[in-house]
Amino acid sequence: MLRLILKRVVNMVPTIAGVALVVFVLFSVIPGSFISSLMDDGRGGMDPAVVERMRRELGLDDPVAVRIVRYLGQLVVGDLGTSFRTREPVTRLIGQRLGASLELTFAAMGFAMLVGIPLGFYAALRPGSLIDTAAMIAAVSGLSLPKFWLGLMLMYLFAEYLHWLPSFGYGGWEHLILPALALGVSPMALLARTTRASVLEVINADFVRTARSKGMSETRVVTWHVARNALLLVLTTVGLQFGALMGQAVVVEKLFSWPGLGGLLVDSVVQRDIPAVQGGILVIVLFFLVINMLVDIAYVVIDPRIRAG
Amino acid sequence: MNPATGDTAVLEISELDIALAGDKGPTQLVDRVGFSIPRGQAFGLVGESGCGKSITALAVMGLLRAPLMRSSGQIMLDGRNIAGASEAEMRKLRGRHVSMIFQEPMTALNPLQPIGRQIAEMFVLHEGATWKEADARAIEALRHVRVPAPERRARDYPHQLSGGMRQRVMIAIALACRPKLLVADEPTTALDVTVQAEIVELMATVCAAQGTAILMISHDLGLVARMCTEIAVMYAGRIVEQGTAGDLLRAPRHPYTQGLIGAVPRLGARAAGGRRKLAEIEGVVPAPASFPGGCRFHPRCSRATGVCHTDVPLAKPRPGGGVVCCHHDG
Ligand SMILES: Nc1ncnc2c1ncn2[C@@H]1O[C@H](COP(=O)(O)OP(=O)(O)O)[C@@H](O)[C@H]1O
Ligand code: SF4
Ligand SMILES: [Mg+2]
Repeated sequence: MLRLILKRVVNMVPTIAGVALVVFVLFSVIPGSFISSLMDDGRGGMDPAVVERMRRELGLDDPVAVRIVRYLGQLVVGDLGTSFRTREPVTRLIGQRLGASLELTFAAMGFAMLVGIPLGFYAALRPGSLIDTAAMIAAVSGLSLPKFWLGLMLMYLFAEYLHWLPSFGYGGWEHLILPALALGVSPMALLARTTRASVLEVINADFVRTARSKGMSETRVVTWHVARNALLLVLTTVGLQFGALMGQAVVVEKLFSWPGLGGLLVDSVVQRDIPAVQGGILVIVLFFLVINMLVDIAYVVIDPRIRAG
Repeated sequence: MNPATGDTAVLEISELDIALAGDKGPTQLVDRVGFSIPRGQAFGLVGESGCGKSITALAVMGLLRAPLMRSSGQIMLDGRNIAGASEAEMRKLRGRHVSMIFQEPMTALNPLQPIGRQIAEMFVLHEGATWKEADARAIEALRHVRVPAPERRARDYPHQLSGGMRQRVMIAIALACRPKLLVADEPTTALDVTVQAEIVELMATVCAAQGTAILMISHDLGLVARMCTEIAVMYAGRIVEQGTAGDLLRAPRHPYTQGLIGAVPRLGARAAGGRRKLAEIEGVVPAPASFPGGCRFHPRCSRATGVCHTDVPLAKPRPGGGVVCCHHDG
């Protein structure tokens, strides 16, 4: 087990290095730089000497290759560089905002799992029923709603119109509900559909027929024999959705003024604050990788067929 | 009731119809099937694939699920009519009075549960045992079906076992609560030939030892003949001939039975010895929606005449005992 975890962690290294490289190259080739973005801000009349000094200080004059090597070297010791904008270490900037992002991501995924999985189960046990049909229509529409639009609608309905919840900001649980819903509805819908399909697949399996022939109640058949096997099939979807959620949160965070990585990323992209963007993206990628590693470990724990192999 | 002993049969099926519900009304899959199995006896149900053997078995277990349904007829399990039984009553019968082994040992066990637990579940369900007691008894049950090193094996998962071993586990589950009847639906069809004989022998001895009757279902007449006292031959949802195993093999009267024996090389050579050359039957079992009228076997029968196309042959007594349904038997 420990060896497996170690192996997975080691496997992450080239992925992260690759992502760092791609982001780096991308920001080197797209037009615009931190300094030109400052000038766009209306500070066009900057002294050429000052511009020259800034370029040197920020290391923008060095060849791209040199800058990449330097960046990767820093990365090894956990240094994400210094933000162009705030002149603070990027690790500190991220540290200030990671908590809020994690809070939102976990809340959204918690909602998606707590609602989506039971809904899929319920629908599968009564295929073709009114509830099944209604749940699946809701699930499909939930899947196709853009998060930004959904967020706006939620904001309008629950904050502007009903005045039940604050429309933006950070604080108690009441601030968390709307952004978590906006972020969680689509993975919830996908989980409901995947769960339904998995349960329908498992419920027709031979071993379920065996379970019935043993004389146990349908409730016991479902909770002891169907549920675990079906959840095993759902686990992959949970991992992929969960992993991608922090990246998807960017839009929602911006919309609800949620003080997470989203705001940092958007502002940094606009101003070409390359170290901050790099850092933000790397954290999101790392989150994806860690979640998927945890899912793989969960498989090993749950499924004896994988445990052996 | 057996008139000779006054004993109720373990299983008594009469005029059983099974239908498949569909958009264009029901299709009848099993037509007026009836037979009875005395206590402790092995009874064989034989026929090619698609004849309705498995759904008959599921009906006995009360496990037909929509769109399949028992549309008429009686099934008496140990003197109790299961038609009137509620689902809760059926659950108490299942596993305890009648249990079932399926064709596919590879998929019949829960892949996420150790096999010992899957046997132990029977004691917990039907005998109110604690899991601790049940786990211990599961090891005994494994020993009973001659699984080597049962203490260690009990903790294995299905994927760690060979097909033959898994079928032994299925037998252990099915016989755990000493049921009165074991329904074995093609229990060896998916196994290696070498393992087949072992499993059949195991089933026969364990059942004989604890007085469990067997409903042995197979497409292989030779196999069934070796272990059963009485055999019913089924074709396209109907029983076409029934009699004692020895007599049916020695002197089959229905052309379909004769064809089945022709399809069993070793036994066929003996049975047909000098009497009549029997080829394998041409063609396949028709789909239930297109069962022909009259005798359903007529499109494949070399003896078929006009009456076979129009009239369903009724059951008549065979010279050697039992019944045969054919206009031109012999
Ligand atoms: N669940 C089902 N839905 C529709 N048709 C079925 C179902 N189960 C069995 N049948 C049909 O019933 C007939 C008998 O099937 P079965 O009892 O499995 O035959 P056997 O076990 O003799 O090979 C076949 O024509 C089969 O296609
Ligand atoms: S009734 Fe006619 S068609 Fe049917 S088996 Fe007998 S001879 Fe053949
Ligand atoms: Mg079958």
